[in-house]
Amino acid sequence: MLRYTLLRILGAIPTLLLVIALAFLMVHAAPGGPFDAERVLPAAVEANIAEAYNLDDPLPKQFLHYLGGLVRGDLGPSYRYRDHTVGELIGNALPYSLKLGAMAMALALLIGVAAGTVAALRQGTALDKVVMGFSMTGISIPVFVIAPVLVLFFAVKWQWFPAGWSSTNGVGRYVLPVITLALPQIAYIARLTRASMIDVLGRDFIRTARAQGLGTATVVRVHALKPAMLPVLSYMGPAIAAILTGSVVVEEIFGIPGVGQFFVRGALNRDYTLVLGIVVFYASLIVSLNLIVDILYGAIDPRVRYR
Amino acid sequence: MSGNRTIRVTGGILLAVAVLALVGPWVSPHDYATTNLDRILASPSLGDLHFFGTDDLGRDLFVRTMLGIRVTLLVAIVASLVSLVIGVAYGAIAGFVGGRIDAAMMRFVDTLYALPFIFFVILLMVAFERNFFLIFVAIGAINWLDMARIVRGQTLSLREQAFVEAARLTGLSMPRIVFRHIAPNLIGIVVVYVTLTIPQAILVESFLSFLGLGVQEPQTSLGALVDAGVKQMERASWALLVPATLLALVLMCFNFLGDGLRDFFDARHSS
Repeated sequence: MLRYTLLRILGAIPTLLLVIALAFLMVHAAPGGPFDAERVLPAAVEANIAEAYNLDDPLPKQFLHYLGGLVRGDLGPSYRYRDHTVGELIGNALPYSLKLGAMAMALALLIGVAAGTVAALRQGTALDKVVMGFSMTGISIPVFVIAPVLVLFFAVKWQWFPAGWSSTNGVGRYVLPVITLALPQIAYIARLTRASMIDVLGRDFIRTARAQGLGTATVVRVHALKPAMLPVLSYMGPAIAAILTGSVVVEEIFGIPGVGQFFVRGALNRDYTLVLGIVVFYASLIVSLNLIVDILYGAIDPRVRYR
Repeated sequence: MSGNRTIRVTGGILLAVAVLALVGPWVSPHDYATTNLDRILASPSLGDLHFFGTDDLGRDLFVRTMLGIRVTLLVAIVASLVSLVIGVAYGAIAGFVGGRIDAAMMRFVDTLYALPFIFFVILLMVAFERNFFLIFVAIGAINWLDMARIVRGQTLSLREQAFVEAARLTGLSMPRIVFRHIAPNLIGIVVVYVTLTIPQAILVESFLSFLGLGVQEPQTSLGALVDAGVKQMERASWALLVPATLLALVLMCFNFLGDGLRDFFDARHSS
């Protein structure tokens, strides 16, 4: 297990470097500099700005400089929010995004696994078809359609939940954003769970368990659930990526001051360092979470470790 | 719903939507860019031929929606063709050559799978001026991974079959074997995965347009229309609901169509 874990960690490092290099190159391959658009500056001022942000160094040197900063946790200054570093901006916004993402993920797992299991046990019945129809719909409808439609009905028309993000709204302000983020993942997880549960329930060891006289609930809980969860576990990586992507939209629509909102602002303002910093941050987050999922997978399913 | 009926129904709906998008603007007396400040946010009505109402600049939403469908479908189809070319070439080469090169090529695909591509596309849109061509290529370039995997797997199994062996024995060159003997056998699976790539491309394009990073005014797409609708939804819910429903409908039809086609080809293979 230790060998497997170490190999996985070593394998993630090149991926991370590739991501950072790719993002860095894209930003620096852009025509023109970050300060070109505003107004024509005297040559001396431009040279000073270039020096202050190390823009006059050759590209490889700039990259090494950036990497050096990253190792120390420094993502550089923001080009637009002049008084803040990118690290500060992300640090202040992160708690909101983390809370939102974690709640959405927990909700998605809970409802998705339950719905998928029920559909698998009632395979072919009307209930199964309803669950699967709903899940195909959930997969097809993008987050930026779900969010405004939910707001339109639940916040504007019927006023059940608040749409805004002021603290006077209390816990209620989490309801619509979390549901929006969770819905597509519920749909995916339900589909995955159903398929793998049907597969597992057809295996010999389940027949043995049933032959011993165990009830359906016990068979599912004790014997079938763990092996059936393996595909769901390996879907966690893409799910996290999807929730991050979705959070960009959700934070924009609900006015939540999270990382995603800064990302959109940065993209529209052409704040290169901020956008680059957030991409690097998101990518590292996804690569590390994928790593954790890989290691967990190895811990649960010993066959994976010896491949 | 049986596989065949799913294919017919969803295919029919998509065809109807596409025909409407092509013919609609031609039938309507309005055009997509003309503003009319006397008729701001008019609700849908048959009388003045604003079937879907007007937007905050008084532009006809029916024609704009039809234009949006055209742009969305065009971007999605071209982007899917880009991913088709990359994916099929990559997968076929990896599968046919095999061995170490195949292993390295697939390891690279695995690495790419872990990346949050959408953020790279946004980065690209920030770094370069937003233009149509870049959107096509960028969206196509991120969706070829599944295609490469599937094509590689299929090529790998085809390579071992007797007819390929026979072709090799008659002294045909490798490109000729790949294009004349292996490629035709890939068509079914490629069609399925293109159908499943299209909704993904639509999703990316409309996501970008929704954020204001994709198609620019006065051009529009379904994503841009949803974005505009969100801003007016308290006064004009139709401006949100119409493009949102159409986008969901198109995405759902492509997903069901892809699923149906997959079942159809699977059934043919196993029988």
